[in-house]
Amino acid sequence: MALATYATRVGGLWLASRLPMSGRVEAWLGYIPGAILISLVAPVVVSGGIVDALAAVAVVTVALRTGNLLVSMLTGVGAVLLLRTLIG
Amino acid sequence: MTFTLSGALRGARACAPIAASGFAIGLVFGVLARQAGLGATEAALMSAMVFAGAAQFVVMGLWASPVPVATVVLATLIVNLRHLLMGAALAPYFKGLSRLKAYGSAYFMADENWALAMGEFGKGRRDAAFLLGGGLLICASWTTSTLVGGTLGNAISDPARWGLDFAFTAIFLALLCGMWRGRRDLLPWIVAAAVAVAAEKWLPGQWYILLGGLMGSLAGVVRRAD
Repeated sequence: MALATYATRVGGLWLASRLPMSGRVEAWLGYIPGAILISLVAPVVVSGGIVDALAAVAVVTVALRTGNLLVSMLTGVGAVLLLRTLIG
Repeated sequence: MTFTLSGALRGARACAPIAASGFAIGLVFGVLARQAGLGATEAALMSAMVFAGAAQFVVMGLWASPVPVATVVLATLIVNLRHLLMGAALAPYFKGLSRLKAYGSAYFMADENWALAMGEFGKGRRDAAFLLGGGLLICASWTTSTLVGGTLGNAISDPARWGLDFAFTAIFLALLCGMWRGRRDLLPWIVAAAVAVAAEKWLPGQWYILLGGLMGSLAGVVRRAD
């Protein structure tokens, strides 16, 4: 397990450091972070129903206003907790 | 790019809230691992050496006696395939640094400190040790909490009751808000979200993260070409 995990962590770095750094490769690498994060989040928000969707809106609002990670996270956890109690 | 102690400390400080919620999730993992038949020390050792929450949770669902080694390793590989893309995105920033620094840091690359580091580098702050600092703190918290959870047993068994299952989604959402670079990100993000939602629905396991990330990032480049 440890080896399999480390292989995936090192593999991409190793491969990409051998790619010629043309403008297109660099542009592609630059698009990866946002695409990965969206992919992690979208299914949770979509399949989580109204509670998760509302909590997500709350998090995004707070994050855009404050730019503070901790406050945004606490907002999300608090919103989910509150909404689950209210809506079930 | 530089690689300094102060960069590592910045990374650790930025990852503190993540390490805190990771602690709660680690407690749960410890409890689950105990129920699956692992000792507390074994579970903690797994957390320190594998250090991949999603893969560890998936594998606990497959754990049996004797341990199905091939299945466990294959599941780990599949769940962690997204790391290939994440590592590739780091490559430009670790280009001039020694192998020890690059491949040593990669051991501690988790979703959260990676995402924070990409945000940091994207803003023009160039200290590659940021990733390592955050990773070390998260790994320490993850390992300790696994040990505590495995020792305490059943005290905490349902993170959803406390809304903690949403903690990481909230963190990822907040990080996304900081990653928006303007209209050119719109299409890749829509493609990534659509592919991920569809893949999560129709494909087993964690393929949706890799597929969404790949298709979304490619959509950005393809459009650039014309």
